[in-house]
Amino acid sequence: MADVQAAWRDPELARHLVDLIEHAADRPLKLMEVCGTHTVAIARFGLRALMPENITLLSGPGCPVCVTANRDIDLAIELARVPGVAVTTFGDMMKVPGSYSSLAREKSEGRDVRIVYSPLDAIKMAQAEPDKQVVFLGIGFETTVPIIAATIKQAAALGIENFSVLCVHKTVPGALEALVNDPDVHIDGFILPGHVSTIIGSAPYRFIAEKYKVPGVVTGFEPVDILQGVWMLAKQLHEGRAEIEIAYQRGVNADGNPTARALIDEVFEPIDAEWRGIGVIPGTGLGIREAFSKWDAAKRFDVTPPEARAIPGCQCGEVLRGAILPFQCRIFGKGCTPEHPIGPCMVSSEGSCAAYYRYTDYGR
Amino acid sequence: MRSDRILLSHGSGGTMMRELIEDVFISRFNDEALLRMDDAASLVVPPGRIALTTDTYVVTPRFFPGGDIGKLAVAGTVNDVATAGAVPMFLTVGFVLEEGLMVEELVRILDSMVAVAAEAGVRIVTGDTKVVERGHGDGIYINTAGVGVVREGLDLSSSHCRPGDVVLLSGTLGDHGIAVMSVREGLSFGTDILSDAAPLNHLVGAVLDAAPDVRCFRDPTRGGLASCLNELAGASGVSMTVDEDSVPVREQVRGACEMLGYDVYQVANEGKMVAIVPAEQADAALAAMRASRYGEEAAIIGQVTEGHAGRVYVQTTFGARRIMDMLVGEQLPRIC
Amino acid sequence: MCLAIPAKVVLMNEGGMAEVDIHGVTRTVSLSLTPEAEIGSWVLIHAGFSIQIVDEEFANESWELIKQIEWDDSDNPLEVSA
Repeated sequence: MADVQAAWRDPELARHLVDLIEHAADRPLKLMEVCGTHTVAIARFGLRALMPENITLLSGPGCPVCVTANRDIDLAIELARVPGVAVTTFGDMMKVPGSYSSLAREKSEGRDVRIVYSPLDAIKMAQAEPDKQVVFLGIGFETTVPIIAATIKQAAALGIENFSVLCVHKTVPGALEALVNDPDVHIDGFILPGHVSTIIGSAPYRFIAEKYKVPGVVTGFEPVDILQGVWMLAKQLHEGRAEIEIAYQRGVNADGNPTARALIDEVFEPIDAEWRGIGVIPGTGLGIREAFSKWDAAKRFDVTPPEARAIPGCQCGEVLRGAILPFQCRIFGKGCTPEHPIGPCMVSSEGSCAAYYRYTDYGR
Repeated sequence: MRSDRILLSHGSGGTMMRELIEDVFISRFNDEALLRMDDAASLVVPPGRIALTTDTYVVTPRFFPGGDIGKLAVAGTVNDVATAGAVPMFLTVGFVLEEGLMVEELVRILDSMVAVAAEAGVRIVTGDTKVVERGHGDGIYINTAGVGVVREGLDLSSSHCRPGDVVLLSGTLGDHGIAVMSVREGLSFGTDILSDAAPLNHLVGAVLDAAPDVRCFRDPTRGGLASCLNELAGASGVSMTVDEDSVPVREQVRGACEMLGYDVYQVANEGKMVAIVPAEQADAALAAMRASRYGEEAAIIGQVTEGHAGRVYVQTTFGARRIMDMLVGEQLPRIC
Repeated sequence: MCLAIPAKVVLMNEGGMAEVDIHGVTRTVSLSLTPEAEIGSWVLIHAGFSIQIVDEEFANESWELIKQIEWDDSDNPLEVSA
């Protein structure tokens, strides 16, 4: 498989696909990639430069860190300020600004905030430190959700009382509908997230093609994968088709991972969620079900964060919707840089602005 | 030493401190200047320019696969002096010890330092110890200063890189950073990767002998190759391009970086050297590196070019070009 | 949002945990989302869990297929059917 991974970076195969794309792209096309990991891969491998002139690759709201609303981050910060609480989080969330502070800043001021690689590490911490209340910040899309579900179940099975989850997870398909309906952005096709689809399969996207006539291709993350996804979209558009296809066949079945989905259904239920830049999208959030409410940090702790506010000058919302490209933001590279970031798109390792700034000549 | 742990009184200047210094430090370092126990070492330094450097080591955990904080301290200081084109001669060492540190651990660290100093051919000639209360000081911090004499006529500088010059790297990237990460709390992954911490003064000397017009050396420590090259490109007002396929990286380091979401160009190295060399001397410099201990896997990894000043590019495996970005803040493991 | 990488299962432990190998680096992960995984299986790992079993042969085949796609002169792509 190690060789196969190298194969999916084969420059000759890449050139072959770029050739095919050039043939198929017979008019200006705007394709949106909805996954932060795609944003980084496209930037890291310099793929934009290989695209024919008439294809624009837009980044969408696929960075779960970037789309987390200020008031949710503020709540996590408020929890970190409760004596005896240790907030555990994926590294991605540390530096993201809320209305007034960030978890990294709280940590530097002496609050107990720790990075974990897996939520299972948070459970181990709760077991090892019984006098701490360990709160895990649950961020991420469907790739990560079943993992938190499994963790909550494990906490329940082991009777671990000093562990809870602040659930800010979101789901992708509903957000796509909001994007398609956005009058400011016209998307010709979606490069669909590969690993989210590993869990949910391709069925949940069908309505995009059937109701809105917009094609989508489930795409992997190596350069050849991404070019293959773009090729399949360009081909569909050339042929006037609108279907949901899977390019990333080695990682995704049409049916996804039923075990994982069953776990999600068992522990979580759909609720409304606020997406930075887009607003509330009904049914795209996840709430912990009653049966597991004991491990719901939002119910366990009674904290009120200060009133959330927008970050002055920040246009992350427009970037996340695809209304503007990062370098079109008024403060991109001027006042907002990775060293002095204003908004999450520049802070997050997956943010579009960070990807543009770090890997391209824009903004320098 | 009667106590098996460092106590506050070991730092207070009294008899217990004397016991620590004599039984533990001096008996190991065994240097004639040190043995005099004067407040300052009195040394004869050959005529010429001196290169002087200082550094402080705070790595956690203090023991990691392939080394420890002591090895790092001596090798790192020797390397800093060497990058100035100087022959390192003398080191100072200052210790801040946390109350409760096991003497046995301190001894292991000191033995490491002695071994590296002997290999590098440098003398540890003066030192200092303080003890701080439990809860402060992370076990042990080490501060060093290193001094050496610059080779006659040599004028290395990070501002001397010119378009057409070649970028050489003495070996595999990322070993140290990954070795340390692998034993950090909360991460634990199984790997054979060892820290590459090593003294490179002999390697640098060999390169200077073979390629006397070397522009500069720099070791890619914190911030990795990316910080190193970005700083050199910035100081010289030039651009650089690195050929990704030429950069030596161990398979396991690649795997660990992928797993953690790290960019291998930003991972710290403690036993590697970058040299910027005029094109006509590149082959000779490379041969000299490869013939030296720690340089067996040296490679030519790129060039200095005209273009936007201070920009470093990577020609990717895949065939496209992108910027090699510098680390901002610390590298955090990510899932996204 | 989804850094998941292929790894090979090399050892099964208790409680649904297993050791996987990524280019020689080993790590302990949970197999609770992919109960059918066994020693020798290739899996995608994410945040300490295996999220999908990857078919190595199938991966090789798909790659071969891409190589064979061609665009013919009549402006329509010829594809080798899967």
